[in-house]
Amino acid sequence: MALQIAFVIFSLIALIGAFLVVTTRRLFHSALALVLSFVGVAGLYILLEAEFLAALQILIYVGAIAILIIFAVIVTRHLMDPKARAFNEQWWRAALVAAGLFLILVFTIAKVPWPVSEAPLPTNVIFSMGSSFVGTYLVPFEVISVLLMVALVGAIIIARER
Amino acid sequence: MDLESIFPRLQEIIAQWLSSFLPGWLAELLVILMVVLAIVLMMVVVVMVLTLLERKILGRLQDRIGPNRVGPYGVIQPVADTLKLLFKEDIVPEKADKLLHLLAPIIIVVPALMVWAVMPFGKKLVAADLNIAVLYVIALGSVTSIAILMAGWGSGNKYSLLGGFRAVAQLFSYEVPMGLAVLSVVMAAGSMSLQSIVKAQSPLPFAFVQPIAFLIYFICGVAEVNRSPFDLPEAESEIIAGYHIEYTGVKFAMFFLAEYINTFAVSAMVVTLFLGGWKGPILPSYVWFFIKVAIVVYVFFWLRASFPRLRIDQLLNFAWKFLVPLGMVNLLVTGIVVKLNVPVWLTVPAYWAGNFVIGVIALYLLTRFTPKKTPVSLR
Amino acid sequence: MIPLVWYLIVAAALFCIGLYGVLARRNAIGILMGVELMLNAVNLNLVAFWRYVCPTNVAGLVFAVFVIAVAAAEVAVGLALIVAIYRSRDTVNVEEVDLMRW
Repeated sequence: MALQIAFVIFSLIALIGAFLVVTTRRLFHSALALVLSFVGVAGLYILLEAEFLAALQILIYVGAIAILIIFAVIVTRHLMDPKARAFNEQWWRAALVAAGLFLILVFTIAKVPWPVSEAPLPTNVIFSMGSSFVGTYLVPFEVISVLLMVALVGAIIIARER
Repeated sequence: MDLESIFPRLQEIIAQWLSSFLPGWLAELLVILMVVLAIVLMMVVVVMVLTLLERKILGRLQDRIGPNRVGPYGVIQPVADTLKLLFKEDIVPEKADKLLHLLAPIIIVVPALMVWAVMPFGKKLVAADLNIAVLYVIALGSVTSIAILMAGWGSGNKYSLLGGFRAVAQLFSYEVPMGLAVLSVVMAAGSMSLQSIVKAQSPLPFAFVQPIAFLIYFICGVAEVNRSPFDLPEAESEIIAGYHIEYTGVKFAMFFLAEYINTFAVSAMVVTLFLGGWKGPILPSYVWFFIKVAIVVYVFFWLRASFPRLRIDQLLNFAWKFLVPLGMVNLLVTGIVVKLNVPVWLTVPAYWAGNFVIGVIALYLLTRFTPKKTPVSLR
Repeated sequence: MIPLVWYLIVAAALFCIGLYGVLARRNAIGILMGVELMLNAVNLNLVAFWRYVCPTNVAGLVFAVFVIAVAAAEVAVGLALIVAIYRSRDTVNVEEVDLMRW
């Protein structure tokens, strides 16, 4: 029972945060709502017993990505006239598409018989994660490191004032 | 009854007493709340003591007496300060973003308090021995910058925005070498749980096994809590007070509280990761913990009295061009020592040799490439 | 125990909200925020499937970590592009960045 209540609270945090992200006119508030949504998702990870991922979510999404976005918002701030339109003229079509997709997804989710396994959680998840990074998933891991390096250099070169 | 298990025993007794007349889940919840309340209250007391100590110690170091009016030797000064802050008028600037201005001081205290959930105060005294505690602490440290940006932007003041920018740039830059230093400790201990890291520090604490990681962590810790000589985000003489310039009364008190709790938390992390945590002879473990933390906090105050403030470009250059490469090389050496499977008696000398070589090279590079004249042209 | 379907529905809702943000925002930074929401929804699904369908195989978790890393790279480059566009064209509105539009 307590788990269900916690689930409802965290998903409400995540969904309300997400809703505010796409509806608030002021971008700075949007970015903070994004943080709220990230925190809610981190809570859901904890309920899923993926504490490592929850900590990673806070560290990278809240501590890095959200801050970068806030920085960009502040840097481009003088463009933000609160009276200007925040949404384009096809916003109602976008809403229809999103709602339609949601209905389709819910329908599919309800229909598919998910092969839920009752197997208990292994005790050394973090250990097996670590060894699969340098074992089974070595190549993707290295590719990700190269990608991060390229992104780092690329971002500096693109954003540098000439 | 031995002194070591006095607090766990107390909790047990209270839990039994509560469950004698309450339903099980409510009693459990109340016990958890009690632990949380105990930690929060302890932090408030610690902050009060720290403010007094800081002013007294700074006074002595600067050949002054320090606070001496309220009570004998000024010991009731923190109470007077608190009362003054509580009764001040709450001013919200005209141009402020009201919501952010209100939320920032609340949000900044939350991560500062949450860190204590995983801190091992003693052998049997830890609220939650998470197996990812180290990652948890680093993650919480990065949340602070959101609150600082909220305060900086929400105040609608250019100085506070500048302070916010500086704070975030600093926190970002120093988080990376800090993470690298912590990682080498995690590798040496083979665990991310703080309790296991403390237990792994025998016979020698990690400060002596990994001196370079210790120094990197200590420097980054000072930067992380915006203390002098890294106090640019709140430099009074340059940007008045940085991000909390527009705050008064209770809201300012929250920033103040968070800052001192963070100072204490970083000292506690230094002690836990590098100075053997609660380990020590004769006295109970939690007493040792507080003695060690007090020594580290004293060094923090000492630094404040001894060093002038850095410039922002020096600060960032030092992090990115010196500490990050040093941390990476140190991590590499630690990895090699762990992977070489050297016999147990040889690990410590192996770490020493590695650290010595890195240290000599780093010092050589530092003396070789430090510009003699500081650049004048700063954009 | 919470049913798996609950997580899937929350993730679906999160994804659709993000999609709406991407389609309806005029500001490029707003669009980027929508993308982040969608990535979060995907991650939630990955972790939920890992926990409920095959907890012994950590592939779901590993993939979620990869998604986070890619998201970090994406945000860094995306924001750099936005700042560059802002410098050269003095706008971050995607409707006004139409030099290549035919």
